[in-house]
Amino acid sequence: MSDYPFGNPEIVEEEIDILLIGGGMASCGAAFEVMKWVEAARADGVDLKVKLVDKAAVDRSGAVAMGLSAINTYVGENDPMDYVRYVRGDLMGITREDLVFDVGRHVDDSVHNFEKWGLPIWKQPGDEGKPLKDGGKPVRTGRWQIMINGESYKWIVAEAAKKALGSENIQERVFIVRLEVDRNDPTRVAAAAGFSVRENRLYVYKFKCCLLAAGGAVNVFRPRSVGEGTGRAWYPVWNAGSTYAMAAECGAELTLMENRFVPARFKDGYGPVGAWFLLFKAQAMNAFGEDYQKKNYEDLKTYGYDAYAVGPKMGTCLRNHLMMKELKEGRGPIFIDTPSAMARLAENMTPEEIRHLEAEAWEDFLDMTIGQCGVWAGENIEPDKQMSELMPTEPYLLGSHAGCAGIWCSGPEDVPGTPDHYHWGYNRMTTIKGLFTAGDGVGASGHKFSSGSFTEGRIAAKSMVKFALDNRDWKPEMARPVEAIVEEIYRPVRTFLAHKDYTTAIDVNPHYITPKMFQFRLQKVMDEYVAGVSTMYQTNAKMLEVAERKLEMLREDSLKMRAKDLHELLRAWENYHRLITAFAHMKHIQFREESRYPGYYYRADFMEIDDKNWKCFVNSTFDRHTGKWQLRRVPYVQLVIPANDEPEGISRPASPV
Amino acid sequence: MPTYVRTDKCDGCEGQDNAACMYICPHDLMRLDQDGSETGHAMKAYNQEPEQCWECYACVKICPQQAIECRHYADVVPLGASVQPLRGSDSIMWTIKFRNGTTKRFKFPIRTTPEGSADPYGGENRADLAEIADHNTLFTKGTHVFDKTQFTHR
Ligand SMILES: Cc1cc2nc3c(=O)[nH]c(=O)nc-3n(C[C@H](O)[C@H](O)[C@H](O)COP(=O)(O)OP(=O)(O)OC[C@H]3O[C@@H](n4cnc5c(N)ncnc54)[C@H](O)[C@@H]3O)c2cc1C
Ligand code: SF4
Ligand code: SF4
Repeated sequence: MSDYPFGNPEIVEEEIDILLIGGGMASCGAAFEVMKWVEAARADGVDLKVKLVDKAAVDRSGAVAMGLSAINTYVGENDPMDYVRYVRGDLMGITREDLVFDVGRHVDDSVHNFEKWGLPIWKQPGDEGKPLKDGGKPVRTGRWQIMINGESYKWIVAEAAKKALGSENIQERVFIVRLEVDRNDPTRVAAAAGFSVRENRLYVYKFKCCLLAAGGAVNVFRPRSVGEGTGRAWYPVWNAGSTYAMAAECGAELTLMENRFVPARFKDGYGPVGAWFLLFKAQAMNAFGEDYQKKNYEDLKTYGYDAYAVGPKMGTCLRNHLMMKELKEGRGPIFIDTPSAMARLAENMTPEEIRHLEAEAWEDFLDMTIGQCGVWAGENIEPDKQMSELMPTEPYLLGSHAGCAGIWCSGPEDVPGTPDHYHWGYNRMTTIKGLFTAGDGVGASGHKFSSGSFTEGRIAAKSMVKFALDNRDWKPEMARPVEAIVEEIYRPVRTFLAHKDYTTAIDVNPHYITPKMFQFRLQKVMDEYVAGVSTMYQTNAKMLEVAERKLEMLREDSLKMRAKDLHELLRAWENYHRLITAFAHMKHIQFREESRYPGYYYRADFMEIDDKNWKCFVNSTFDRHTGKWQLRRVPYVQLVIPANDEPEGISRPASPV
Repeated sequence: MPTYVRTDKCDGCEGQDNAACMYICPHDLMRLDQDGSETGHAMKAYNQEPEQCWECYACVKICPQQAIECRHYADVVPLGASVQPLRGSDSIMWTIKFRNGTTKRFKFPIRTTPEGSADPYGGENRADLAEIADHNTLFTKGTHVFDKTQFTHR
């Protein structure tokens, strides 16, 4: 323990070559790949120092903390080109196909390593015990998904990553607050600053380059559960948008921040539906037992959404749209018929096989959404006897699951047909020199999931080593003095200490706002004006104008957040990151005058999908000194030739911009 | 479904610097009350922000005393049920008790290798600096073959 007092932390400055921010799937992949190239560089006479910082413990940090029951990206017997086609179809036609392809060609190798390290992967009968690498056939729930016993998924991956990196190069429980640009080049990153949540200590890391892989954004919107259950978000409640906020604040260009993910999940517990739909073939229906997907199909034509659907094949958001119509028109709740599905499966099974089937159904939740089992047990729901409700969740921002918000990145130059604006530098580098990202950080290329995020971390790590070698003589120098950074990061502490005795009740004080109330205020604005659940995901230009005014005042009040201890200092900065992420989301929705992702959100004043004007990326930059956002359209370029069975919207040309 | 710590079982991880639950919680929720001033129970842990709990069970699984359990969130779930794991080195055992008393037990494998044995590189593959700019290879060289004719080649 350091002996420094709460209000006056010890300052630790370190200089290294490569910093990995976050310890999730992407950073673990980076740790795995990077050390081999560091080793190669060392043999060549260059010694590169790498460090990883995580706000939590790598063993169980990030979105995979609880475990997972499936690896959602494994190409296997398929063609990586079809993976690209699938991703662009699901994301309504606008995708960085170079980035998606790059993940697709490398992802299987990562999964083979997971299996080698000890992750149990389900195999088809006859292939038990045969590794994927040697042709063992996995149990697939869909074309790209394979089933695993994944309770210890993160634990196993972390074990390998930690060994690769060496525990002396890992710093846990340090929350990175901001990136600092270089004194001589404001378009270049030079350092990252953060604080320990265990000791009164502030860290400044200077480096040649860094990987910003701090996950997506949760709790930006008011969640459906607002009491003791507030933490029961679908995506991990601790990923606070740090990736997007820190990138934006140091000047990096963001892309498709209007995109969000609103998964339809088991109500209240947010248990996954994938295995139920794909493996157990369960049907969803409205209150009257009608198949609303079939019933509402014609409705897709009203605003041109049908251009992105071929029969039952459609973007995930469109499936939400069909469900939303039922809910809006009063035909909820939506049920998932688990008893019929299990009865059908059990028809030709022995009692032993039926027991196994039941265990599989429970394991799907126990491996990745344990809380759903709590809901079932508390409400006496046995899935083979009683149906469950489904519900669309509150919105989340992410770039690795079925969403594509994130940072605009340079891609690999070897993909045929890549235009100049997709490639300007090192692979996975942002528009800021030396700033790389992966996983939830990379925008316009969703559906990477756990295996793809790990793989993208590897891709980024390799190109970071190249960057570090090419810049071996360059010395980072920060634009601001360390004292200014300390003042800024510890402001909530100083505010608390200066004013705490003004009132008798510690939480109610005109001189400060608690991080918790700050979060509630943010969530209220986002929910009520920026298409949260309370407006059924609808907004319009006027509502967004109101939101902007309120968010601007919230940004002013962020200077008055208080922190009564290190835990609250963590919450203060998490919520600041949420605010900047929310701001980006709002500005992007405001700019894109169409409803590209119906079912996720609607611009009620522009209900169509407008391919003529908006089949393009929307990119933004933020100036943190003036507080101004700049938005622009960026051309989408199709790289992979459409297949015959793709929807017509896919083969439609991009907008001229 | 926030976690709670049983006073009869928690031993504060025998006063070590870093209690296991505190070490593992991804959301910094578990906290050791050193002198009892925060909870009235000295040297025992507690969840300092139950409404932020993701129910990830990381703390439940790691506690050496099995002192941590979950009480499903009171504003959503009827009382009386419990979901409790016992995690070993190669498998996990779950006991699910329903509000109506029904009990189910499941056991699942969690890993196929001994704990701590994951060898990232397995002695294989060196990276070759000559390939550092080649995007079609990572150091393990496990790249999927692809068909370049399917690109538009503008
Ligand atoms: C409920 C759920 C179900 C899922 N299901 C599947 C599935 O079935 N199959 C599948 O393949 N994938 C699934 N995924 C997706 C998968 O988990 C993610 O795609 C993947 O984890 C993203 O990797 P990442 O490294 O970008 O982020 P994460 O793995 O979330 O890692 C983020 C890291 O950043 C750290 N961090 C955050 N902020 C800071 C900061 N300011 N300073 C320092 N560190 C910070 C965190 O502690 C964490 O270590 C699921 C995810 C969830 C939540
Ligand atoms: S891990 Fe268990 S025994 Fe240790 S402090 Fe936490 S609750 Fe107590
Ligand atoms: S269940 Fe997870 S989020 Fe909740 S206290 Fe335990 S480790 Fe933290």
